[in-house]
Amino acid sequence: MNKKEYIKYAESRAKKSNCIVNCVKAFLVGGLICCIGQAFKDLYIYLEVEEETAVILEAVTLIFLAGLFTGIGWFDKIAKQAGAGTLVPITGFSNAVTSPAIEAKTEGFITGVASQMFIIAGPVIVYGTVASIIYGVIYFFIT
Amino acid sequence: MDLNDYLYSFLIGGAFCVVAQIFIDKSKVTAARILVSYVVIGVLLTAIGVYEPIVEFGRSGATVPLTGFGYALAKGVEKAVGENGLLGALTGGLKATSAGVTASFAFALLWALMFKSKEK
Amino acid sequence: MKSILRFSGVYLAETATTVGKKESEGPLSDFFDSHEEDVYFGTDSFEKAESEMVRRTLNILLGKANKKPEDISLILGGDLLNQCVATSFAVSKSQIPFLGLYGACSTIIESAIVASSFINGGLVDNAAILASSHFCTAERQYRFPLEYGSQKTPTSQNTVTGCGSYLLQNEQTSFRVREAVVGKIVDNGIKDANNMGAAMATAAVDTILRYFNESGAKPDDFDMIATGDLGIEGHEISLELLKRCGLNLGQNYTDCGMLIYDIQKQDMQAGASGCACMATVFGGYLFKRMKRNELRNVLLIGTGALLNRNSTLQNESIPSIAHLIHIVREEI
Repeated sequence: MNKKEYIKYAESRAKKSNCIVNCVKAFLVGGLICCIGQAFKDLYIYLEVEEETAVILEAVTLIFLAGLFTGIGWFDKIAKQAGAGTLVPITGFSNAVTSPAIEAKTEGFITGVASQMFIIAGPVIVYGTVASIIYGVIYFFIT
Repeated sequence: MDLNDYLYSFLIGGAFCVVAQIFIDKSKVTAARILVSYVVIGVLLTAIGVYEPIVEFGRSGATVPLTGFGYALAKGVEKAVGENGLLGALTGGLKATSAGVTASFAFALLWALMFKSKEK
Repeated sequence: MKSILRFSGVYLAETATTVGKKESEGPLSDFFDSHEEDVYFGTDSFEKAESEMVRRTLNILLGKANKKPEDISLILGGDLLNQCVATSFAVSKSQIPFLGLYGACSTIIESAIVASSFINGGLVDNAAILASSHFCTAERQYRFPLEYGSQKTPTSQNTVTGCGSYLLQNEQTSFRVREAVVGKIVDNGIKDANNMGAAMATAAVDTILRYFNESGAKPDDFDMIATGDLGIEGHEISLELLKRCGLNLGQNYTDCGMLIYDIQKQDMQAGASGCACMATVFGGYLFKRMKRNELRNVLLIGTGALLNRNSTLQNESIPSIAHLIHIVREEI
């Protein structure tokens, strides 16, 4: 067998993750997280917060909770089952900021915690903002 | 409180997760790439006017996933460009999302102070 | 070209093993010398924990072999951390001459081969060898932060938390290190760091074939032929590839990565990996069975995946290696 044949052989025999089961779990957990967010939004609106502010507070609340769950060690246990269900909502972003931060404590608060926070979140913010700049420039010229 | 808000949030939010799960399982794309792609796709879909109707229909199901982060970036830029012209392209994105981004880092620091890493 | 190195007068005197919590909950629990429930081993970082684990294991070895640090001529060994720091810190207090070695998960066998050569050549009277790995330091270095929410693929393997240390010497014991084969780097093109079994399988096959072709031995001559950490996936691949090459290994062919955990119950996907995998399974389980005379003729094939984080990010394939030693029980 040459390399190509071997890679093909190894890939074809490797057990695959059960995509359908994973998708069902991701759907249920992801849907639930969005509903929890919606509940907080309704709560803030009920407390007479403006809708625009309520949406922001909704995200902040989920970020807070996901970070807390990361800290007490529940998030990775849920995520192991839920996969994209916890990754795709803003909870996944919060976990990506919090988990390296907690772990890097042993390397100090400046060179460890604060710098490691950006290891996954950094690229998200960089490419998100750059995409928005490009859109902003186009938007400026077409309006 | 409208029960429909919850039904649509659940369906749309769940659907965004399923799409990502299929990509993870079938193409071995890493989680970090999913996060980046979702935000950029959110900006793109908002720019071409597709995401706004999804938000109206899906409520939190469209704003909570990371595409919603992209949506907020794009909306912020639109608003800022409208107010300040071209400079808005630079300021609008982070202005609109500053609460979430800043909160993420501030909370992360708090959790790092409070908690210690554990084995799974 | 001759592959087999033949030693005369190299003996295995004693072994010592320390493992973490999950390993102590596995089926081999009773065979290890000590275990620790605390992942930090009483220290404040995972890296220090690994050093502490190595230090403890070395002390256990000295105690079991009834030796003082000054009786040991040489320590050889390593771990998975960058620049092998866990071992360096651990042996610093002992003041024993030290050679740090890196062979990823084949380190214990690599160390055994180098130590045997020193002893066989008459340069030293004895040598302690060791290899360690820690789940948390390995996850940090090769994968994600521990609290990061990620899913495991079915071919991924779990790094063993543990350390194995053995004492080799020129003074006769019942356990003789007879032969060794130094592995070649085999790069079969596999890039998936979550399928290291498939990456390492061909290296193991290469070494096993070279040994059997040159020695003329038959698989049935051995009570146990154990690879290091191919896991279920790599074990099955190696079995099939060897069969295609005309070598049928039977029931006595196994992999340490399949033995240390209850894979179903402990949810360990394809099994175990890490330097400590073979180091603790041989040092704890197999060596004790040799002592009980249940095993007399054992082939150990330490397998190593020589990747690092940057090579993975640069989309390089995984160079792999497999070293072999042959240990026999001989009545004195």
